Amino acid sequence: MSNAVAHADAHGHAVHHPELQHHFETMQQQKEASTFGMWLFLLTEVLFFGGIFFAYLLYRMWYFDAFAEASRDLDLVLGGFNTVVLIGSSLTMAFAVRAAQTGSSSGTVRWLILTMFLGAVFLGVKVIEYSHKFEVGHVPGPNFHSTSQWAAQEQIFYSLYFTMTGLHAVHMIVGIVILAVITRMAAQGRFNESYHTPVEMTGLYWHFVDLVWIYLFPLLYLVERHN
Amino acid sequence: MLDTLKLPDHHYLNDGHGLKSWLLTKDHKRIAMMYLISITVMFALGGFFAAGVRLELMTPQGDLFLADTYNKFFTMHGVVMVFFFLIPSTPAVLGNFLIPPMVGAKDLAFPRINLLSLYIFWLGAAFFFYALFSGGVDTGWTFYTPFSSFSSNTNVVPTALGVFISGFSSILTGLNFIVTIHRMRAPGLSWFKLPLFVWAHYATSLIQVLGTPVVAITIIMVFVERAFGFGIFDPVRGGDPVLFQHLFWFYSHPAVYIMIVPALGVMSELISTFTRKTIFGYSFVAFSSLAIAVFGFIVWAHHMFVAGISPYSALVFSFLSFSVAIPSAVKVFNWTATLWKGSISFEPPMLYAYGFMGLFLVGGLTGLFLATLGTDIHLHDTYFVVAHFHYIMVGGAIMGYIGGIHFWWPKMTGRMYSEFGARMSAILVFVGFNLTFFPQFILGYMGMPRRYHAYPDEFQVLNIMSSAGAGVLGIGYILPVIYLTYSLTRGKAAGPNPWGASGLEWQTQSPPVTANFTEPPVVPAEPYEYTPHVAREANLV
Repeated sequence: MSNAVAHADAHGHAVHHPELQHHFETMQQQKEASTFGMWLFLLTEVLFFGGIFFAYLLYRMWYFDAFAEASRDLDLVLGGFNTVVLIGSSLTMAFAVRAAQTGSSSGTVRWLILTMFLGAVFLGVKVIEYSHKFEVGHVPGPNFHSTSQWAAQEQIFYSLYFTMTGLHAVHMIVGIVILAVITRMAAQGRFNESYHTPVEMTGLYWHFVDLVWIYLFPLLYLVERHN
Repeated sequence: MLDTLKLPDHHYLNDGHGLKSWLLTKDHKRIAMMYLISITVMFALGGFFAAGVRLELMTPQGDLFLADTYNKFFTMHGVVMVFFFLIPSTPAVLGNFLIPPMVGAKDLAFPRINLLSLYIFWLGAAFFFYALFSGGVDTGWTFYTPFSSFSSNTNVVPTALGVFISGFSSILTGLNFIVTIHRMRAPGLSWFKLPLFVWAHYATSLIQVLGTPVVAITIIMVFVERAFGFGIFDPVRGGDPVLFQHLFWFYSHPAVYIMIVPALGVMSELISTFTRKTIFGYSFVAFSSLAIAVFGFIVWAHHMFVAGISPYSALVFSFLSFSVAIPSAVKVFNWTATLWKGSISFEPPMLYAYGFMGLFLVGGLTGLFLATLGTDIHLHDTYFVVAHFHYIMVGGAIMGYIGGIHFWWPKMTGRMYSEFGARMSAILVFVGFNLTFFPQFILGYMGMPRRYHAYPDEFQVLNIMSSAGAGVLGIGYILPVIYLTYSLTRGKAAGPNPWGASGLEWQTQSPPVTANFTEPPVVPAEPYEYTPHVAREANLV
């Protein structure tokens, strides 16, 4: 029996890539599994956000006037600035992936740090926006304040606004934590031309979180701006 | 010959000793065993609450508990059984243990995520236990708003968070299975050579991955209402409680198939093995699992026929609900056809399979009564519904799960259990189950509503029958705990393939080594290849 076990351990490849886990046969199989798993995870995220997007669309249809009025109170300048920041961070993330693919550890680290910085800027601006909402009493609940004739339904808008942007912000924070881990790995020289899957997977996640904002921005900030 | 069999010297159970080697393991088999212990504890807890419910209902007066306490008992029975037992049951234990060897792999694609899913499950359970010991929860397992958001004075938030967290365990398990089945199959093991158990888990995983996130966001929305006073489903501010029901059932109806489809997969393995025949209509059975997963997503509003939805959408959902009956019936007919002229035996796992087929049939057919608009108005929220879904979840899902445990126990532990005890258990479960739940069909038809702790005198006889049956059922469930535990140290060594079954998992030793196979498994030309030669060997070994 012990011979058989030894045989099982020894079978397969003469030279193992140091990053190849024992239950995969090849690096390619390992990478395909990771990529497929990541896309599946993003699919679960689509359905996660999908539930609340659905609730948003339903109420926007029912209470369009209330949503339009509440939407006009959101800060278009800060929201627009954040949109640009986030799209910029997707660009720097793409550069980070490219640097990892070409085996440039220092380049990877630089672009990842820039990505984290832009993410932090986004969150900082979000804090300013949120604190303004607290000041003017636009947080739904017992202290909600509005003189609008649709004050009740405006609370639904703001409930969705805080829940959706809050969940997005949580995803950003998680993303920044992952970026920090990946940056550390990159600084240790773990990535090269033949192994950079974690950078690519983090990139997929970061682009996804960016994409969620691309939908959130028009839905929340641009309901009916022309009058 | 049997006495000469010995347990192998090296296997996954003795590859590392001590608590740490278990808690930090990445071996899918050890993780499965830890899931087995965890969900058995939860099953016992859920059973305790069920016992409370049945004790209260022995008399028409509400004399054992206060109404509020009764509400907590049935709520926590439902929450524990659905979220902490049934949803993980077959996938997290049997699927986890068996899918890698069935596809000829050393492990699941993401072993660390697999371990993470177990820790997430424990964390979710910890939240639930906190809710339980600080006073419980009384909303019913469905958490309907606005009661759950604003009215209930019980621990909705920790319970809901427990469900939310444990949902991620389910998502990660499903994700792991899908990637494993796609990417980790042994060379030559094409899709249509996969065991139907794997097909069933593939379909289940799709539901887990696509459905669970929706209930997660729904719970978040209830959470922000309750914790921060937001208003999303609050009718006072124009919110719609029916929207909650839509979102909730969009997951929770498919969740029924998360519970039953893996059990259907177990059945295909059992019936094929113990008839010594290839399964009749393999591809139909395989695709019927996927069909159930797909149809399962478009029938949710049949839970809401009396919630005030439009008659037109009710009409459509009624019609669609019937469509799920088709793939379910395909399976039952194909199993029946497999039995025909098979060399049928009555081993303990097969007794569970026979029980399953009968109970699943009754559960499925009574589902049609509830899918029919007119009869549902009469039967909605009565004991008829309770009886129906217990026939599916207990008679179907749990019978399948326990049958599967009996079938693969020799593989998981390397030892055989008491066949006499197992036969007794299978018979007691079948008899006790029918005694418990058949009277509830009649009670519901006569108009007894669910979720009340008191009822009119004329319902007492049937309720006593039901409570007595629950006692028998309880004994039927306790027996396996005893003889299976006993077998761990005293059971006879099983050998690699005690049933003479055909799957890849039987090619390796019992219990398997950590890497599952000592020799690369030989992929057969056809799945379920039972020949007289194989059968003859099975009788000898």
